[in-house]
Amino acid sequence: MDDRLVIAGKAYGSRLLVGTGKYRDFEETRLAIEASGAEIVTVAIRRVNIGQNAGEPSLLEAIPPSRYTILPNTAGCYTAEDAVRTLRLARELLDGHSLVKLEVLGDTETLFPNMPETLAAAKTLVAEGFQVMVYCSDDPILARQLEEIGCVAVMPLASLIGSGMGILNPWNLQIIRDRAKVPVLVDAGIGTASDAAVAMELGCDGVLMNTAIAKARDPVRMGRAMKLAVEAGREAWLAGRMDRKPYKASASSPTEGLIGRTA
Amino acid sequence: MELLLRINGAERRFVPPLTVAGLVGKLGVEGKRIAIERNGEIVPRSRYGEVELADGDRLEVVVAVGGG
Repeated sequence: MDDRLVIAGKAYGSRLLVGTGKYRDFEETRLAIEASGAEIVTVAIRRVNIGQNAGEPSLLEAIPPSRYTILPNTAGCYTAEDAVRTLRLARELLDGHSLVKLEVLGDTETLFPNMPETLAAAKTLVAEGFQVMVYCSDDPILARQLEEIGCVAVMPLASLIGSGMGILNPWNLQIIRDRAKVPVLVDAGIGTASDAAVAMELGCDGVLMNTAIAKARDPVRMGRAMKLAVEAGREAWLAGRMDRKPYKASASSPTEGLIGRTA
Repeated sequence: MELLLRINGAERRFVPPLTVAGLVGKLGVEGKRIAIERNGEIVPRSRYGEVELADGDRLEVVVAVGGG
């Protein structure tokens, strides 16, 4: 059965997208991402350390663009202008690659998105030919507006970035998912495998996470756990779960033919 | 004559003339996968050899790093 995630016309076999931050070293990054089976991998764009680490290996040697779809992000940007500048640099850095992750933050404590700035940046980026996957709040109206602007995927948060608090508002995610015509990916807040499975069981098209894998005791093993969870959740969604029947038990074994009774 | 550039937020002095390609060599980042913005505009890699830097230019030189 062909069940691939299609983003901006390109099909991917994995519905798990992963970040590359917070790992001990590039080797751990490489192994954990390999175990996760992810094909789309996020990176951040930062000033080069001038005069230091001349011969130091670079992230893109561990995660080569020939093997992975690199998704540059705008993490740390608090204005539309900074986000747009960052992604223009990213596009040049990645030889014209136009698929990007937009996030414009609004608050250093919560890292909640600044949605007015996010909408403004999305407009500019779409006009400049970028394919924008956008981190957003779990507000169905804003998600719809981002889709109308032309974003290729909307990525509402499950909970605060890096918090591992899991999915706080499954109902909103479901509303967004039911109404969207572009892929909906849950981004941020996943803590463990069951969170990822729940996101997929809600019908979301994919999950993006970083800390849940990088900060697990064994990141490589958690990478594999997340791969299995996303696959299991997706299969459950496609299979269609049984109806919930509150307070109504229903035996699975025959109620006839029990021993010790009169026939 | 000197060339005062603000590179990644810090001032540095060079002897003109200097192209972007020349600067990349002086910074020791040649061969690295980088991108450069000059006064708010991207300098395409194909033009590093021909773009000459001017006194007071503001440059951002970036790489990809780990992030979510």
